[in-house]
Amino acid sequence: MKLVGKLLLSIMMVAVASVAMAGTLERVQQNNVLVLGVSEGVAGFSAPDSNGRWTGFDADMGRAVAAAVLKDPEAVKFVPLASKQKIVAVSSGQVDLSRGTTWTMKRDGKQGVDFTVVLFYDGQGLMVKKGLGVTKGTELDGASVAVVSGTTSELNVADYARANNIKLETVVFDSKKEAFNAYVAGRCDAFTTDVSQLASLRAGASNPGEHVILAETFSKEPLAPFVCHGDNQWKDLVTWVLYGLIEAEEKGITQANVLEMKEKSTDPVVRRMLGATGEVGSFINLDNDWLVRAIQAVGNYGEMYDRNFGPDTALNIPRGHNNLWTKGGLIYAMPIR
Amino acid sequence: MRPFIHLKTKPVPLKASKLREQLPALLAQTLVVGGILYVALQLFYNTQANLEARNIASGFGFLSVEGGLPINDTLLPYSPADSYGYAFLIGTLNTLFVSALSIVLATILGVLVGVSRVSRNWLVARLGAVYVEVLRNVPLLLTLFFCYSVLLAFLPSPRNSMVPFGDIFINNRGIFMPRPEFLGAMGWVGSALAAAALASFLLMRKSRRMRDVTGRGLPAGWLSLGLLVGLPLAAYYLAGRPMTFDTPELHGFNFTGGMVLRPEFSALLAGLVLYTAAFIGENVRSGIESVDKGQIDAAKALGLKPGLIMRKIILPQTLRVCIPATTNDYTSLVKNSSLAVAIGYPDMVSIGGTIIGQNDQAIEVIGMWMAVYLTINLVLSMGMNWFNAKVQVVER
Repeated sequence: MKLVGKLLLSIMMVAVASVAMAGTLERVQQNNVLVLGVSEGVAGFSAPDSNGRWTGFDADMGRAVAAAVLKDPEAVKFVPLASKQKIVAVSSGQVDLSRGTTWTMKRDGKQGVDFTVVLFYDGQGLMVKKGLGVTKGTELDGASVAVVSGTTSELNVADYARANNIKLETVVFDSKKEAFNAYVAGRCDAFTTDVSQLASLRAGASNPGEHVILAETFSKEPLAPFVCHGDNQWKDLVTWVLYGLIEAEEKGITQANVLEMKEKSTDPVVRRMLGATGEVGSFINLDNDWLVRAIQAVGNYGEMYDRNFGPDTALNIPRGHNNLWTKGGLIYAMPIR
Repeated sequence: MRPFIHLKTKPVPLKASKLREQLPALLAQTLVVGGILYVALQLFYNTQANLEARNIASGFGFLSVEGGLPINDTLLPYSPADSYGYAFLIGTLNTLFVSALSIVLATILGVLVGVSRVSRNWLVARLGAVYVEVLRNVPLLLTLFFCYSVLLAFLPSPRNSMVPFGDIFINNRGIFMPRPEFLGAMGWVGSALAAAALASFLLMRKSRRMRDVTGRGLPAGWLSLGLLVGLPLAAYYLAGRPMTFDTPELHGFNFTGGMVLRPEFSALLAGLVLYTAAFIGENVRSGIESVDKGQIDAAKALGLKPGLIMRKIILPQTLRVCIPATTNDYTSLVKNSSLAVAIGYPDMVSIGGTIIGQNDQAIEVIGMWMAVYLTINLVLSMGMNWFNAKVQVVER
């Protein structure tokens, strides 16, 4: 079980003496591969497709960084990690970069990791069966709720029940699949985890129409990729590659037109970020084509989102908070200059 | 019967010349031990330094912090406002509870399986064999998933609960039963039970002595049973029936009140019992088969009844053979209970895992897991070794 993984991680904590200290960028360049921590399979975020190729929002994120740093979007080694392992895997230097994870004060301050950019504003929600007729979480007094262990969701659901003075029987499972199965089998009335994952699991259910995700969310889950604490050079690099993808959407730069934009655009901002003028790449220890390669690999932020969560996908998560700030969302890139 | 030989050697005092002979060996051993200690110490310091370098707090201070984690199945009162340390204790109690109950039930089932394996009835023997081969050769994790899925698929929703009798409700949220609530006068019943236990102990002793002297004892078993049931029952009625029941009732989604055996617990119990009973059954079979056929023939020749042969001749010798192997199975069972996390039962590993997830103090929690399992299993082994020593043949 997971116990083995935890033990291995602990042994690694003991054994990895100076690897992380050497600087992640040098390590990535030396090994010519970016080691990316991904989920154990969450459709839309990171999951292997039928050919064994990792796809999803987080996989794209990793490919963009690999393209910028190593000039090869496929130079990514995907390491599936359980929720419980993902933080220690980064703080111990087992992986260079991890999938988006809820940015909290404790993780940032006390657990040896630093967060880069919030790429997905998520929130913990509840999924119930349509037949139950429940519309609000507070109507679930006395109900059983399936929860996945090792994440903040156990804490959130307990806090929610305490704050609203309702009783919830929580049944905690080690894996998302078992928790979801218990909910589908009727052992639990509701299933709780982040809305994005509810959508992901619902998409894979035998009868997706049978389940409703309640509109209410009871936690902030800003998902941000994170790196090892204290390596500012590497953190800056990842941060600005991701900002670059966001800025690209705002400026209308796409996978298809990126080269054309670099040559023909007269917008000084676009010319700077695509390396036609200036040397912004050197600010993060890269060459001037860093962002061109990243956009060629996965497109801009909006393209990444639509490919994995858009209306044509099984998940179909509306952009909502995850729209650009100019379109009423929260996605906002710092100025590239 | 195999003879048991006890070799008793007295320690020989070390003479100066002998010491000189052994000096190289002693030096080498000291060096090896020193080397191991040095490596262990280096590992410890290195870990500490690495943890500090990664800004990960270490130490056990987190245990007194409010955990906020929900646990649905607890033996003691618990709320998310309690500390991590208390939550871990709740998990440890769950581990102990499910392990203890499983050991008792697995032993009973195991003995039945073992006896059925040597049965002269063809069908019974074959059924026993099939049971052992199937359960023994399937990974426990799959057995657990199977038990849990079958339970969930088989049990109805709370609204369509099965009601076998009285106020007992069975559904996919668990088996709900009335919970007895003791009033103050229940102390009398307890005292009566204690008195009955003492009386039966004395009775048993007296009966044994009488049998040793006259060859005929008292029917002590039946008398004791009567005492143990009768006295408390009489006290219960004399004290005015000082017990009420808290009965479960359906409210909204679920039953409230009463006691509940949740499906996660039931599935874990069933899985552990079924799996371990297969191994214990084999121990029992080997124990029975180790008893010399001649002894049974001799017993028959003396006119002993089959039941008496089993109880007085086969079983005591079976115990001698099967206890050491069964000790292993018991300790495995305790360790296997950590698979609970897969089917949602909040055992120590499940709760500890959550604590790691919230604190990332993996090394501390893993250390606590190891300490608890080690303690449980050492105590268990000590008990079994004591029992084993007691049933060995006493040489005169």
